Amino acid sequence: MYQPEYESMQRSDLEALQLRRLNGLLARAYDNVLTYRRSFDEAGTAPRVHGLEGLADLPFTVKDDLRAAYPYKMFAAPMRDIVRIHSSSGTTGQVTVVGYTAGDIGRWADLMARTIASAGGSADDIVQVAYGYGLFTGGLGVHYGAERLGCATIPISGGNTKRQVQVLRDFGTTILACTPSYALLMAETAAEMGIDPQELPLRAGILGAEPWSESMRAQIEQMLGITAVDIYGLSEVLGPGVAAECIHQCGLHVNEDHFMIEIVDPVTLRPVPDGQTGEVVFTTLTKEGIPVIRYRTRDISRIIPGECACGRTFRRLERITGRTDDMLIIRGVNVFPSQIEQVLGGIPGVAPHYQVVLSKRGSMDHVEVHVEVGPDVPFDEVKTLEHLRSRVSAEIASALAVSIAVRLVEPRSIQRSEGKAQRVVDRRGEGGA
Amino acid sequence: MVTQLTVFLENSPGRLAQMTRALGDAGVNMRALMVADTAEFGVVRIICDRPEAARRVLEDEGFSVSATSVIAVEVPDRPGGLADVLEVIGSAGTNVEYAYCFVEPGGNAAVDVLRVEDAQAATAALRDAGIRVLRPEEIYAVGS
Repeated sequence: MYQPEYESMQRSDLEALQLRRLNGLLARAYDNVLTYRRSFDEAGTAPRVHGLEGLADLPFTVKDDLRAAYPYKMFAAPMRDIVRIHSSSGTTGQVTVVGYTAGDIGRWADLMARTIASAGGSADDIVQVAYGYGLFTGGLGVHYGAERLGCATIPISGGNTKRQVQVLRDFGTTILACTPSYALLMAETAAEMGIDPQELPLRAGILGAEPWSESMRAQIEQMLGITAVDIYGLSEVLGPGVAAECIHQCGLHVNEDHFMIEIVDPVTLRPVPDGQTGEVVFTTLTKEGIPVIRYRTRDISRIIPGECACGRTFRRLERITGRTDDMLIIRGVNVFPSQIEQVLGGIPGVAPHYQVVLSKRGSMDHVEVHVEVGPDVPFDEVKTLEHLRSRVSAEIASALAVSIAVRLVEPRSIQRSEGKAQRVVDRRGEGGA
Repeated sequence: MVTQLTVFLENSPGRLAQMTRALGDAGVNMRALMVADTAEFGVVRIICDRPEAARRVLEDEGFSVSATSVIAVEVPDRPGGLADVLEVIGSAGTNVEYAYCFVEPGGNAAVDVLRVEDAQAATAALRDAGIRVLRPEEIYAVGS
């Protein structure tokens, strides 16, 4: 552990620390951010709680609040104290902007150092940071943590996959940090270049920034010969470093000394007990630049009850199963793309690359899963392919309780991503299937 | 045994044209081409003069290619010619997965391409019955 005094603290001590920090945050946010002053005043709530359970009575913050505050209106620190600005990609609407004070940057580095250490990393490691650098928080977030831990840090950023593989080999990278879909692309590219990643010193992957499945993890671990851990974060709350798996790979320890986590029912918005699935909500306890109070992430998951063998006392968030806005409702059934990925991972002969394509057939929505045929399928006979297609179709129907059309597509025809993979393609606006 | 190339193609406009253009640009001469299709994808089977070169060209262009061993026999171009061949294979107890024919330009015999379960047994039975099983060089060079 990088900071055992926090990571393994007694729950009662942790809760006392959280309460003290929470009241500090509420006062700071109310005094400095008009959005919070208004929402607290409108709700008739004082910016103070007497116990941690009081958090559940405070107003939520949503993405639209941050959008409306574009660019700096929700900053709680004066601009002269802000030392870094990041922003969201804005693929789903107006971008949101976040700012960090020098204190924020220091704490963020500590949290990412914890993350790398919990994946088994130390100052002896060489970390290749293939998350994008720039406005996206991934690259610089991991970078500062790797340096804080004392790792030799390679700021290669995303893209140029052949060069990534060369660096992986020539620089003796031991830890790779990137999105899971990019790790898979690197493994495929290495194979094409005749390089066997199993023979390289690479031993761990710190993968996140998009939902992925256990079967995809198994494949990445096997192809690259590594232990792959899941990390979680979002720019509105911090960036990477909010939660991370340890080497036991049984859920992501939430850095609860800096973040309050709640899981709420997406309909009633009331907190649910540990173990129950719902929308993940975060409150930042120590952020100075842009603190958030009860920020609704739209990510769906649950807290895993029980203790972890690693000795950390921070509760564990289960890997994100989907996002409320990625969720598809197909003939009344809620479907997350990650569920489809999980099914595909169990079927030999199909690649883990897939897309869910939405189109219009007449006035009806039509949903189709495009699945790549694996490179080893003996596709000379049509019946082999027909069997494969009906198997994929049957297994999806049995796992998701809804039948979805399946189309087999050529190997490598689904666009590979150097960042976050696009799993859902909406062609309903293009007129005709 | 003759090497046939099998290419997995999505059913999308222009895809077959792209594939054949790639072969044409590489100077590969096709002897026979057969498309087995479903609503969504096609499996294209190709006999050509230089199967190994053709395979490399197609893979470089991003196509999924596999090589399959098939039997090519010379069938007299008369009614019942193919039936004779298939009866011999049937009596050897082996199953025909698929078959297609093409006619040699200017010749009076057709070439029948067969994919069978047990190629060795089928080949032996065909030879015993006096049916000419073509060597790879003969088929790759047809018409040239």
